[in-house]
Order: sequence, then C-alpha cells, then structure tokens
Amino acid sequence: MFARLPRQLSQRALATRRSISSTCSRRSDALFVHRDTPYNNPKIPFEFDAPNLKRAEEIIKRYPPQYKKAAVIPLLDLGQRQNKGWTSISVMNYVARLLEMPPMRVYEVATFYTMFNREPIGENFVQVCTTTPCALRGSGEILKTVCNELGGIKPGETTKDGKFTVIEVECQGACSNAPMLVIGDDFYEDLTPESTKSILGAFAKGQKPKPGPQSGRQTSENAAGLTTLTTKPYGPGEFCLPEFQ
Amino acid sequence: MLKTSIRGLPRPLRAKTQQSRRSFATVTDTPVRRYGGLKDQDRIFTNAFCKHDHGIKGAKSRGDWHRTKDILNKGDAWIIQTMKDSGLRGRGGAGFPSGLKWSFMNKPNWQDDKRPRYLVVNADEGEPGTCKDREIMRGDPHKLVEGCLVAGRGMNANAAYIYIRGEFYQEASHVQQAINEAYADGLLGPNACGSGYAFDVYLHRGAGAYICGEETALIESLEGKQGKPRLKPPFPADVGLFGCPTTVANVETVSVAPTICRRGGAWFASFGRERNQGTKLFCISGHVNNPCVVEEEMSIPLRELIDKHCGGVIGGWDNLLGIIPGGCSVPVLNQQKSGEVLMDYDSLKDAGSGLGTGAVIVMDKSTDIVSAIARFSQFYKHESCGQCTPCREGTTWMMNMMNRMVTGRAHVREIDMLLEITKQVEGRTICALGDAAAWPIQGLMKNFRPEVEARIAAFRASEGAVGFGGHLSTQIDSTLAIPDNLGLRLPA
Repeated sequence: MFARLPRQLSQRALATRRSISSTCSRRSDALFVHRDTPYNNPKIPFEFDAPNLKRAEEIIKRYPPQYKKAAVIPLLDLGQRQNKGWTSISVMNYVARLLEMPPMRVYEVATFYTMFNREPIGENFVQVCTTTPCALRGSGEILKTVCNELGGIKPGETTKDGKFTVIEVECQGACSNAPMLVIGDDFYEDLTPESTKSILGAFAKGQKPKPGPQSGRQTSENAAGLTTLTTKPYGPGEFCLPEFQ
Repeated sequence: MLKTSIRGLPRPLRAKTQQSRRSFATVTDTPVRRYGGLKDQDRIFTNAFCKHDHGIKGAKSRGDWHRTKDILNKGDAWIIQTMKDSGLRGRGGAGFPSGLKWSFMNKPNWQDDKRPRYLVVNADEGEPGTCKDREIMRGDPHKLVEGCLVAGRGMNANAAYIYIRGEFYQEASHVQQAINEAYADGLLGPNACGSGYAFDVYLHRGAGAYICGEETALIESLEGKQGKPRLKPPFPADVGLFGCPTTVANVETVSVAPTICRRGGAWFASFGRERNQGTKLFCISGHVNNPCVVEEEMSIPLRELIDKHCGGVIGGWDNLLGIIPGGCSVPVLNQQKSGEVLMDYDSLKDAGSGLGTGAVIVMDKSTDIVSAIARFSQFYKHESCGQCTPCREGTTWMMNMMNRMVTGRAHVREIDMLLEITKQVEGRTICALGDAAAWPIQGLMKNFRPEVEARIAAFRASEGAVGFGGHLSTQIDSTLAIPDNLGLRLPA
C-alpha cells in the first residue's frame, strides 16, 4: 500500500484525487458483466441455420428428455461457430429459448468456460500455450514471435485488419509436443520461431498449413526413432486366454 | 558334549557358534526383479502413434471387438473379479482400485432401483504435462468405445458418456467416428454385440475448464451447469449424473479393460510390483532430448524410462535439476531422488511425491525452477472454480507470493508464511484442486529452499530491505508512521 504512493504525494493530494464514483479494479481476465453495445445486444437476431438446427436436435437427443439443458455447452459451441467464433448475448438467449431454460443459467455457463469468447475475435484465433511444460521448451519465445509477426499486438488483442486474435492459454494437453499453439481447432506442435512464422504467414495468405508436429514426426513418438511398437501389432485372439482365442 | 560346551560360553558367542554350524546352508538371496523392458506383444495400445488405421477395420485387425460378446455373457461378477485380479488402479491420478470402485455400483438388490445407471468417462485431460489419453483417443478410439461397453456391463450401466475436453477437436472426431462405426456394426445399441445387452455411448464435448476433470465437477458440467465440484457424500455411485448411480473413470482405465478381460487378470498383474501392477502410458515432456508418450511396465525406474525412451536428459543426467513425476499437481523431486524412484504409486508416495497421471516433466539446470512453479500457481489461480473460499483466495495469494519469489522481492520469513497458506488451503476445500495448488509449492520449498533464499538475499543486497508483501524500504515515505508489522525493520 505504501510502496505504491510516490514520496511527494501528500495525504491531502490523495484525498482530492479520489472521486466518489470509483470502480473496483478489474481482477479477472475477462469482464463478467454484459453491457449492451452496438455489436452485442439482445436486439440482434440470431438463429441456427438449417444444418446446425439438425445437428442441435441430434445433440439434444443424447440426453434424457427432462434434462435437455445438458446440451447447453455443445449448443453454445455450435452457436459460437455459426456466429464467427464468438458467443454474443443473442446466441445465449437463443440457446436458452431452445433448451427451455432461464437465460441466466446459460449466461452462467457461458461466463464460466474459457472457450466461449464473449467479445468478437479475428478470423484466425491463435492460442499460444504458455504453461510450464511448454514454457520449458521455449513457449515464451513462440509467444513473442507471434506477437511481433502480427504487428506488435499484445496477447488478448486483435490485429487491425481483423485477421488474427492472439491469446495466451493454459495447458492444451499436448505436452510431449511442446511448444505448441492452436489456430481455430487445429494444434500446431513442436514449434520453432521459424515454423511459427511460416504458419502465420500461410494463414495470412488464406492457406491452411498441415496441423500436427512441425518437426517431421507424426505424433508423439520418439523423434530419434521408435523405441516401442516397432513390430507388427498382434492380431485378434493372439496371446489371449484359451477361451477368447 | 557339544551342548554343555556351548552352555559354558557367553551368550553372543553361543549364537555365533550356532551360526557357524549352518555352513552347508544353500539359501541364496531372492533374485532382484528389474522392471521395465515391456515387449511389444504386451503393449495394449498398439496404435498409440497413429501409424495404422484408427477406424473399425484397423481396430479389428489389431484385436479389438474380438469375441466381446463372450466377455459380456460372462456377466458383471466375472468382469469385476477379473479387474480385481488384475490389480488395476485408476489411471486418472488418485489410483483407487478399479475393480472395487466398479463394484460399488452393484450393491445388493441394485435391480430394485429403477433409475438408469451411467458410466462417465473422464476424457477432460487438462493436467499440465499429461497427454496420454489424447493418444488413446486419436489412435485407438475403438479400445475406448469397447472399454465403455465392457466396463458398463461390469457395473450394469445403461449408457456411457465420454466427456472430452473441448480443445481436443481431432480426438473428439475420431471417437465420434468410432462410436458411429460401432453402432453401424451392431456393436452398440439395443443388442450390443449380439449379447442381448442394451448399451449406448454418447460423446460430450466440454468447453475449456480444468476443474471439470474432477469427477463431481465433470458430472455438474455434463448436466449443463458450471463445473463446480459437489460435496461428497452422496457419492456418485449413489447420486451422480442426472441424479442416477454413476461411476466416473479415466480413459486409460476404461480402455485397458477389454484387453485385460481377454488376456486374463493374471497377465496384467504380472507386470509391476505388488499393489502397483500393470502397464501404463507415460508422457514425458520438458528437457529431454526426445519427448514422447510411451507405454511401459509399472515400477520402471524413472531414470531408465528417461534414458531408454527419451534419449536422456538434455546435457546428461548430471545436468538434471529436478523432475515432476506425475503432472503439475505433485511435488517436484530433486536429482538424487529422481535417480532412485520407481514409477509406481507406492514408490513415489514414499519419496514424497505421487504418480498422478504418469506425466513426467523433466527440468534441467537451465530451468528457473521458481518461475516454473510460479507458473503452476498462475495456472491454478486461473482454473480455480471459485466455489470454496480457501481455494479461490488462496490460489491468488499463492500466485502473488510466488511471482514475487521469482525475483526475490520478499522477506525471507515469507517463505514460511507461504507454506502456512498452502497448509491452510490443503484439505479445506471440496475438491482436490486446493491440494493440487499447494503441493507444488511445498515440494519446491522442501527441495529447493536454498535457491529461493538465495534469490531473496540477492534482491535484498541490490535493492535494500524488503518488507512483507514486497514493500521496498527505499520507496516508503519516512515521514509516515510505519507500523512494525510490515517487516521492514527486520533483519534479513
């Protein structure tokens, strides 16, 4: 508390600077309240198109009829995909109507899960993992490369042309292929600053490079040559108990 | 004659002479069993690297869905007994014996309970360092789907839900493909595999919350709510998904079930030490030459695992700083202990750590260990669901303090204060996330406390005295009355 005050600031100066209507500081990484804006308000219409409506019905069928609301996460995801990658208040309201649940219950879900973006994002959503296993393999450098390559934006920002949004994310579950980043739904693994640049360059041109490890290995096998699973996999009934052979 | 002469001797000597008489004894030491070196024929996940077809044709050629009908017809008691014989323990981190857990679903007179019964597969793999279930779902999705059926039969479930994390798009599509193929082939549905048993498998994609890997949070999330853990009891086996009896199991646990049933519990139990039997997928990340995912025997020495399958630590074993042997929720081991431990539940527990999910994070001497652990604190702060106060507030406190420790901007007494916070969070929350957030810090202070103290001393030497909360004495207005409890006037 004391450290934040410059020395020359006297008690009186402090008192005059404090206004009555001060808001508390933003502690969360995303604002949890909704404020109507021209691009995000309940008056903007939203409805599933025909193929998505069919998909939605299929999803709802997976759950017991009295628990339709279990489909809220998959449906919000569907809505987000249709709504250019972000979940507007209209999407939430529509899903609430479809599943016959109070809108507030949908808002609760949409604010809890990190994969729902409640602000518009760029065409390509770049998510760089920076959790420790990736950090050990140099994800800091990858994040720096991404930010520099996209014109010096910071994590959480969108480029001016609206093509890229960059965020830092927590572990994506590809730790043996660290460092990695996600663009859209695809994982790009085993990155170096050079391969990161070429991936972003390809996306900027509207191409889609091949997802997966960029180092030449296929998945998460030993890069220097297989140490396991070198022989032909055993077939049906092999090595089984006599009764299952 | 001999007897009397012995009697005359003092006691210790008497024992000695008696021992010397046993010179013809042929007892040798029991041979020391070495673990590791699993053969390909004993590996369960034969397509872990996606080298072959993951579809139903490829899966069948690798032995999946082979006489599943006969397994189902053996009945629930046989399946559960086989699981108990195999010694399989849950692969999701807690290590609870699977056969026992599944048997909780079959209480006496369970048939009288008309509620539907569910198996929920936890594929919300989000623990930093863990990437094993991903390989199962990409390469061997049919093992998972068949496992759902076999495990479901064992616990007399009507349906299985596979809760897969939202980020795994490709994996989810492989699993969905496997489910569709299985339905088309009559392997699932009202007459699964022609056995007369009705069973459905559904896929459910999450939306990015680490906490949904906790079993009751996962159930909440599957019900379409925020993923906030429930209080236990009632346990999910009584009141779980949609208020019905439910068992939540990890992907790996479920996926190995059919193979164990076909090859016998004794086969699976022949690997690893007593109480830690079986094979396991290990995922090694961090500072090794070739990070990879590999299926090995349980109880393989940690050092052998790294040297044999990952090309060793970068810069050699002597360049090792520490290893986190089971994902970010377990304490870090120093170099000496890393060389001694076996990769199983008991050995790692004895070493003050845990097997967790079998995610080995290796850190060499170039690592800033304090910042690595501080990053975990940040992770837990981000992923705390905010339901219980000790965790919600504690993770933020721990993160703030750890971030200051990275630069050394703290008073040396704050190390103990930080440890006190971890102790206050640990065991005082509904779920284990609070514990998981506390343990890495405790492990750091246990094994690397001198490093943290050195940083604090170095910071103090260059910037002057630091009080509690990172206040610098140089920035304090000396005209103000400073209370003593800020620690500014304390000696280093």
